[in-house]
Order: sequence, then C-alpha cells, then structure tokens
Amino acid sequence: MEPIIQTQKLSHIYSAGTPFERGALVEVDFTAYRGEYLGLIGRTGSGKSTLIQHLNGLLKPTGGKVLFEGKDIWANKETTRQTRFQVGLVFQYPEYQLFEETVYRDIAFGPKNMGLDGDEIDRRVRQAARFVGLGDDMLQQSPFALSGGQKRRVAIAGVIAMEPKVLILDEPTAGLDPVGVEQILGNIRDYQQAHNATIILVSHSMEEVARTVDRLVVVHDGHIPFQGTPREVFQHGGSLEDMGLGVPQMTRVFHRLRAMGVDIDPSVYTVSQAKEAVLNALAKKGAV
Amino acid sequence: MALRDITLGQYFPGRTILHRMDPRTKLLLTILYITALFLARWVVSYAVLIVVLAVMAAVSKVGLKAIVRGMKPVVVIILITALLNLFYTPGREIWRWGFLHITAEGVQTAIFMVFRILLLITCTFLLTYTTSPILLTDGLERLLGPLKKIRVPVHELAMIMSIALRFIPTLIEETDKIMSAQTARGADFDSGNLIQRAKALIPLLVPLFISAFRRADELAVAMECRCYHGGEGRTRLRVLKFQFFDCLALFLGAALVALIVALRRFGL
Repeated sequence: MEPIIQTQKLSHIYSAGTPFERGALVEVDFTAYRGEYLGLIGRTGSGKSTLIQHLNGLLKPTGGKVLFEGKDIWANKETTRQTRFQVGLVFQYPEYQLFEETVYRDIAFGPKNMGLDGDEIDRRVRQAARFVGLGDDMLQQSPFALSGGQKRRVAIAGVIAMEPKVLILDEPTAGLDPVGVEQILGNIRDYQQAHNATIILVSHSMEEVARTVDRLVVVHDGHIPFQGTPREVFQHGGSLEDMGLGVPQMTRVFHRLRAMGVDIDPSVYTVSQAKEAVLNALAKKGAV
Repeated sequence: MALRDITLGQYFPGRTILHRMDPRTKLLLTILYITALFLARWVVSYAVLIVVLAVMAAVSKVGLKAIVRGMKPVVVIILITALLNLFYTPGREIWRWGFLHITAEGVQTAIFMVFRILLLITCTFLLTYTTSPILLTDGLERLLGPLKKIRVPVHELAMIMSIALRFIPTLIEETDKIMSAQTARGADFDSGNLIQRAKALIPLLVPLFISAFRRADELAVAMECRCYHGGEGRTRLRVLKFQFFDCLALFLGAALVALIVALRRFGL
C-alpha cells in the first residue's frame, strides 16, 4: 500500500522552558495509507489530539517531520496551506464552529478559501450536503435553527466540501443517539468509497472503532505501543486495559472463556465473529 | 498561535508563609507598602523598601525570572515616564541640544520614578503570585463588606469578578479551538491588510459569542439548581480567619510606613 501521510520521529513539547513543560508526543513514527479506514484510539491526554493536529499542519512539530505524499508539509508557507485543504480535519463537537447566516454559506467557507470558482463551489456544497444527508431545502436555513445532530452534519459537510484526500474526524459521534451515530458513520463510509479517501477516525470507544476500521493505531503517553488490524491489536487485551482502554465486550468474554480453559479463538470482537468462533469450537468438540 | 502560553493572574501554587497568609492581610499589606512607596523621598527610604520587597520575594520563592517576565508589558510605560521626567523637569540645566534639555533634578526624578514603578509592580505581582484569584476576590469581598451598609452591591461585584476570572482560561481555550477549526478550513488570521484581518475575525467571533452566551445560560441554571440567591445567608467552605501571624505582618507593615514617614522628616 502507498503511504499518504507519514510522521518521522515526530515530537511535540508544550510550553518548552517553563515549569509546565510537557512532552505530548515523543518521536512518533506514524503512517496512514491511501484509501484505508484507520482508527486512532487513546485516552484523554494520550496525545492523539496533538498527533492529528500535526497531520494537517495546525501544530508545528518541535522535533521530527510530517510528510504528505512524500513532501515535508512545512517546506514553505504555501505547502502548509495546501496541506490543510488536502487533509480535512473535523474537530470534536464541530457544530460549535458554525458561524454563517445560512447552511449553504457555512459549507462553502472552506471551498471559498481554496479560491475555487462559483460553479465548482456550488457543485461541492451540494455534493457534500448530499453525503451527510442534508436536503436541498435545508441549505438556505440558518445553521443555528437546526437540531444538534443536523448541526454536526453541516459542520462535517463543511470539511467534506474541500474534498480532502485524507479526512480526520475527532470523536465525530460524541453525544449523538444510536441512530445518529449509525448515520454519521455511514456518511463517512460513503465519502471514503466515493473518493478513495483515507479516513482517520479518532475515538476512545473500542466498540465503535472495532467494527468500522481496517487498521488500528493505539496512542498512549505520547507513543504508539500497538498498531495493526483490530484482531492483532486486541490480542494485547491485558496491556490495553492497563492503559485504561479496554477491549470490546465480545473480546473480553472470549478472553475469559479461554482463561477458564475453553479451547476457543479469543481474537473476536463482533457478534458475528463470536458466533462463528462458538460454532467452530462446538464443531471441534463434536469431532473429538 | 500560542494562545495557551498566555499567563493570566500569574498565580503559582505554593506553601510558603506568603501563600498561606490571609488574603485580606496581603491586600492590606500591599496598600501599606504602596503608601510607604509614595511617601519615600530619598535614597535611604528607597533602599529600605527595596530590601523589604526582596526579602518578601525570597520568602515566597518567586524567581527573579518570573518578576522580569511580569515587567514586560509595562516596559514602555516605564520608559515614557522616565523620558518625560528626564526632559520636562525644571531646574539646573546640565545638558542641552536644540529644544531638549536635561536638568539635574530631572535625572533624579526619572531614576526615582522608575524605581517607584518597578517596586509598585513587583509588589502587586507578589500579591497575585501568591494568592489564587478566588481567594483574592473572597478577601476583597470581606474587606469591602462594610460598604454593604451604604448599599454597594459588594457580594455581587465579587461574584462577577470571580466568575469572570474563572472563565478567562475557558474562553482562551475555546478561542484556540475555534481558531484551529477555522484554520483547518483555510481561514487565515495573520495576513492581509487591516480590513481583511477584521473580516477574518468573523468566523472566530460569532461562534465565540454564541458559546459564551450558552455558557452563561448554563451557569445561571446550574447556580439556581444549587439554590444560589445572592450573598444573603451564604456560608463558606473556607472561612477566612486572621491568625496571630497576620496581626504580626500587619503590625510590621504599619511600622514600615511609620519608618518611611520618619525618614521623610529627616529628608532621607
């Protein structure tokens, strides 16, 4: 697979030279590949927010490099600015950044800053609105008149409208009801498939990440202790729990079964996988 | 953007004598010190005042570095004051160039002025360095308590002040966040002419105001839920109490003023 964003020995120290000095990231080597759905998990304060703000040039590394498509994003001012359009970042609770008079104009803010012409902006705004399931009739409303879930979608559309090659979302489902969560995750999946985009989903919920992503990166204390497919990562169940992360309930049940002496594959994390594992185990038992 | 690096109130937690002193004592001591400072007339008095402040700084473990950093914002004011005094004090002329002239008296006043401002700022800096903003407003409320008799809303003012202080870091954090979010959408806050820059602030200010109002609303509800209805009959978790040490400190403060007054008599 072809890497799209890489960090090389990326370090970030906050408030260097004061009593509050604190290393948020320590020589982190991170890679995201083109078109993949990547999950980034870690507790509050683990450094995951600091990491994602480096990926689109909002924070400048105090050590190391960030490469986008092989080029240092801090090479010059223009590269940094262009990277921000190529790497879209949706912050936590993005609805609090809405400011325009109409939904349409708020979504158009990013594309306008890119210097696109009117027709292209219009196309992108309408397409982005469709991706997040906002009807055409909503585009002329004030964003402040919408419900919480709808506001969130307007904000996400505002980033999608820049058509970034990499879309990073920080806890995009926080505070939504289960239906809203499914819708947003579906919208993100649609965008990934339509544009062959790289998605980086930041979360602290193992359950959510486990069933959506192809690959997982665990951030802890400014380092990346584990990465790989969810199956690989969840093998480290014990260490994950020590980091305050825990594994999906299904994995925990199977780890317990294994500890009780049942011969069963413990690397499952969804209900359907669990069903398969149980059937396999029963078949084995029947064969004996 | 390094908004998070701004320090406000500059309170540094600690356990020194000065940290533990009653905030009212510290407020009164500051007032006494400033009074003494303005009564000081000549080198001896200033020397006494400098020594006193140096001892207090050492006791509270404030580094020289921190004091110097606290001076930064007022450097310009100090310079202007010094220059004005230098050039505009009448007296015996010692240097002249065109319309500019410096007098011996001018040099003297300028030097004393600079010291006076430096000491004044260091002294108040010590106060805010060793007292948390909450304790400071508490102390202020208690000190101004008697004004309630003449219907000054002391409690309300103190409450407004503590809420404002409490929310400054929150708002800074919020500003930082919204700024990052808009920058991620290509907003540019640092280039362009004045009008462009002012326009660029709209995407920052609108969400900031909305969230400030939302927070105010939430806070009001939360306070009502806890039955807040003004200062009447309110009890406190931390009751301020004067200790023996506070009395001693106030006595020493008064003694300092007396000493400076005496020195002034002798023209020192």
